[in-house]
Amino acid sequence: MSKKKGVYGSKVKKTTQMLFYKRHQKPGVKGWELRKALGSDYPKVLDLLDDYLKPLDLQVKTVFEEEKTPEKPTLEELDKARFYVALRGDLPVKDKLLGWRIDDLAGLAITISFIISKKGQVARKDAEKLLSEKMPNWKVGLNIDRYIRYGYLTQDDNGQLFLDWRTRAEVDQKALINMLLSTDAQKAETAEPKEEEPQEQENEQ
Amino acid sequence: MQSTKEPKKLGRERLERIIEMCIVIENHNVDPFTLNIDEIIKVVKEYFPHWQHPDELKLDAETLHHLASVIKLQSEWVKQRSTSLYTDPFLLEEKILQIGKQEMVNVFLKAWHPLIEFEQISLNSLAQGLLYWEALAPLGERWKDLDVSEVSMGFASRDELIKQGVLGDREFSEELNCYWQELRDCVAKKGQDGKIQYWDFIGADTYEETVQRAFITSFLVTYGYATLEIDRLEEQVFIKPFDKQKTEILTQQSTSVPIAVSFEDWQKWKRGELD
Repeated sequence: MSKKKGVYGSKVKKTTQMLFYKRHQKPGVKGWELRKALGSDYPKVLDLLDDYLKPLDLQVKTVFEEEKTPEKPTLEELDKARFYVALRGDLPVKDKLLGWRIDDLAGLAITISFIISKKGQVARKDAEKLLSEKMPNWKVGLNIDRYIRYGYLTQDDNGQLFLDWRTRAEVDQKALINMLLSTDAQKAETAEPKEEEPQEQENEQ
Repeated sequence: MQSTKEPKKLGRERLERIIEMCIVIENHNVDPFTLNIDEIIKVVKEYFPHWQHPDELKLDAETLHHLASVIKLQSEWVKQRSTSLYTDPFLLEEKILQIGKQEMVNVFLKAWHPLIEFEQISLNSLAQGLLYWEALAPLGERWKDLDVSEVSMGFASRDELIKQGVLGDREFSEELNCYWQELRDCVAKKGQDGKIQYWDFIGADTYEETVQRAFITSFLVTYGYATLEIDRLEEQVFIKPFDKQKTEILTQQSTSVPIAVSFEDWQKWKRGELD
């Protein structure tokens, strides 16, 4: 029994290294890479790691290739999925801006919500028009380009914007929409003047 | 006699229009509820007693088939809206427009779980870098001077272009005529009712040749040497050569028929699996 525990202990250690440290251009590890390194029981190792991470308010996040998350994923689906370590809960605003300027983060939030409201696809010019209502024009294009570069959005040849891998990995879309719909518009307006100190960030992700 | 022909013609036209509308809906270009199913069923019922020939009955069946697809789309629409996942896009858009910057950020932060990724150099990776540097040849050795001789500009003759494969060795009109003759021979040998399955004509030993044949065949149709017959129900495409070129086609407004000639379809055709 203790030998088995030891085996899993070393597998959890290896998984931690694989998931925390950047191995490719994009963060995270594919399921088949984990299977190659840990064996076919890697889903169990991931569950164990997730349990270890829980008290630290971190989680192992799985993003499947298909947009919808399968209820009972098959091994094949897991092999194609990408695994990340992400924050589990939410932190106070000040702690969680993570170097982002509040304007840029609000712009990202608006763009993501706008794309969701349009069933996953909007023309870039429409998104730019929306952002330019509250953001200087010169900044709008630059910001959308940045969101694309970070992997939050993607753009096709016809100038249509879609949500990309990072949004699927980091944003709980259903929760975002539910919270957005339950906000009180008047409260939102009064909260407007409170602005975060601009922080310089160019943490290319 | 005149009195039975007229409703038939009218009925055919109406059913064809219904099919076209259904196809537009199936392609998600129009809201499925644009079509009043009850009214359409009445039309189908009204003309059904007039149908006698197989092709007329086939048109009737095809209409019902497409109507069934539209009803399925309507049912999916109702199902999606009845789930808890559905949110009204207009309401959502309205919220987005109204919400303040700070409030938006507050909401987003509750749904945002940023990824964790570390970048850290280790002694091992430094050692690997040093080894690589040691083994790397100097730039002077890797980038040898390229021997590029200057070539003056000039004109290429038609023969030279044919030799280089830029042009075919026959005039295009000559090539079209040959294909037209080949099509007629093919139909005479393997065809039925003066037509042949599209893939049986364009299909060749290699995919490249198949694409080339499909390309030239498209000109046969455009220039009035042949026509396409599409059986929507069976999803089959036939090509039918004309005995004489129909030049009036060139002056009429025509419709385009996109036909995909994919590598997968070509493989299926080779294996005899393409119907």
